[in-house]
Amino acid sequence: MSAHSPIDQIEQPDGFAFDAESEEQIAAILAKYPPERKASGTLPLLYVVQKQMGRQTGSAWVPRVAMDEVARRLEVAPIRVYEVATFYLMFNTKPIGRYHLQVCTTTSCWLRGSDEVVAACKKATGISGFGQSSADGLFTLTEVECLGGCANAPILQVDDDFYEDLDGPRTIELIEALRRGERPVPGPTIDRLNSAPEGGRRTLADSPAKQG
Amino acid sequence: MLQDKDRIFTNLYGQHDWRLAGARQRGDWDGTAEILARGRDAIVNEMKGSGLRGRGGAGFPTGVKWSFMPKNSDGRPHYLVINGDESEPGTCKDREILRHEPHKLIESALIASFAMGAHAAYIYIRGEFFNEARHLQIAIDEAYAAGLIGRNAAGSGWDFDFYIHRGAGAYICGEETALLESLEGKKGQPRMKPPFPAAMGLYGCPTTVNNVESIAVSSTILRRGASWFSALGRPNNAGSKLMAISGHVNTPCVFEEELGVPLKEIIETHGGGVRGGWDNLLAVIPGGCSVPVLPASVCETVLMDYDSLRAERSGLGTGCMIVMDKSTDIIRAIARFSQFFKHESCGQCTPCREGTGWMMRVMNRMVEGRAEIEEIDMLEQVTRQVEGHTICALGDAAAWPIQGLIRHFRPVMEERIASYKAAHGVGRITQVPLGIPVAAE
Repeated sequence: MSAHSPIDQIEQPDGFAFDAESEEQIAAILAKYPPERKASGTLPLLYVVQKQMGRQTGSAWVPRVAMDEVARRLEVAPIRVYEVATFYLMFNTKPIGRYHLQVCTTTSCWLRGSDEVVAACKKATGISGFGQSSADGLFTLTEVECLGGCANAPILQVDDDFYEDLDGPRTIELIEALRRGERPVPGPTIDRLNSAPEGGRRTLADSPAKQG
Repeated sequence: MLQDKDRIFTNLYGQHDWRLAGARQRGDWDGTAEILARGRDAIVNEMKGSGLRGRGGAGFPTGVKWSFMPKNSDGRPHYLVINGDESEPGTCKDREILRHEPHKLIESALIASFAMGAHAAYIYIRGEFFNEARHLQIAIDEAYAAGLIGRNAAGSGWDFDFYIHRGAGAYICGEETALLESLEGKKGQPRMKPPFPAAMGLYGCPTTVNNVESIAVSSTILRRGASWFSALGRPNNAGSKLMAISGHVNTPCVFEEELGVPLKEIIETHGGGVRGGWDNLLAVIPGGCSVPVLPASVCETVLMDYDSLRAERSGLGTGCMIVMDKSTDIIRAIARFSQFFKHESCGQCTPCREGTGWMMRVMNRMVEGRAEIEEIDMLEQVTRQVEGHTICALGDAAAWPIQGLIRHFRPVMEERIASYKAAHGVGRITQVPLGIPVAAE
């Protein structure tokens, strides 16, 4: 079960209002669902909140006042939004660092060295345990369950991007690059094309013929 | 083994353009209107004839599932919902479809929706697949702009809308009714069945939920024919399937392979062999973490398909295998799954909510060996009390890996306990060293 902090124990901003960019997204989102099924917009609108907070404050999280605003927009009781926001682990119900380091430690990643990735994250950021943020506020380290990219294990997800086939030194390089304000290209950090075998693909050798 | 000419996913690795122009070159969106013109029954019959079984893990015949949808609407709309929640540890196949073959998925979704009388399809994509969802959205926008979906989709006369809905980090939403709850904007807690989604699914309307891969292969099956597909694989295990190898092999990867090929051949060919050679193999989990582990002796001969793996009391699951060599602490490997299931239990049913935590805590002691020999049997018994006693299959999925561990690696567990006792004295070990037992944290 989810392990969110009680949302009433987190210091909240005074208010929350969607900006123009968010309003545009909301209009597109609500068009996807039947008009009488606005509640379907709960997850998408919480994402909109989180992204806007990231843009405006550098910390992508969902304050309670914003949950209230989502409830008002969707014409549902606020509790319906609170319970969704605290059920799903990808909504941060407390402030996080500028970069969210989400390291997978599930078996496929563990077999390929996720312990080294975790150690490298701690070393490069000075964070001592999962769920904590670095002293400079730049990084938050979270342990996550399987990310669904197991053939490219181990994986560290930074915000929305997967960095794959990592080891300790490459993890440290990645974090140092983030600290310099760079965003390395996501994907494998070794010489391979996406999920094809390292050293070149063994199938699909020919150029694609049109199927008959 | 599968030949390149029979591969469905020809842009699996994104080695070519994944957008509309590239997809058309590979044969997607070719004569889509003609396929729809065959009519609903013909399409469903062709899918039944192909022998395609659900590619998400359960293996239910896809064409049969489509035929469960009401033939005529009673006024309620019908929906196709595509399950792209791919979160089963070890599984990473649908990701490749979403990011590299999005048009195959959209075209197939149109055909499938038509075959079940649906004018709208939603795809539920796990939240972590942000970039994959972005690719798919671009492809959807392209398809709308080209008139391939939307009103009079692809000139077929059928109106069809396709929408993405992103999840937010809950494994349970891969369970079809939890997925529907989540799509309706609620916590992902599974519903009781019946009623089944085909009678009462999304918004209380007739709904079919299919895995991404099950849908994505259907355009090719209809184009090349049921007999082409069913000639691949083995009887009752027809066709090709996306698979993946992770763990201790030389070259982990995703690939498409025919069903019924020996597991050993797959590991040697696609995975580049077990790290340190075949003799260094300890065990394989053949299809995502909820299917029981196979010891090396079984891996020597077993075929990779639904029925062969079932006969070994395991399962094909998602077809994505985890390979472990002899350096692996097998108890810890399985205990990590127990942590996973405890983390992902939605908390609705008591046997699962309490049982997954209980199993995790005992498994963690088994990793250390801080347990009594008879507790292995007790652990096995508890898995039986969770299994089959919950609304959805998450309880079963949490029980099976432990049962597989005990079945095949009991001596390792006993040895671990013996060495702990040797190091810490032979007296009975206190089960709960600190404070009182903690329920469902």
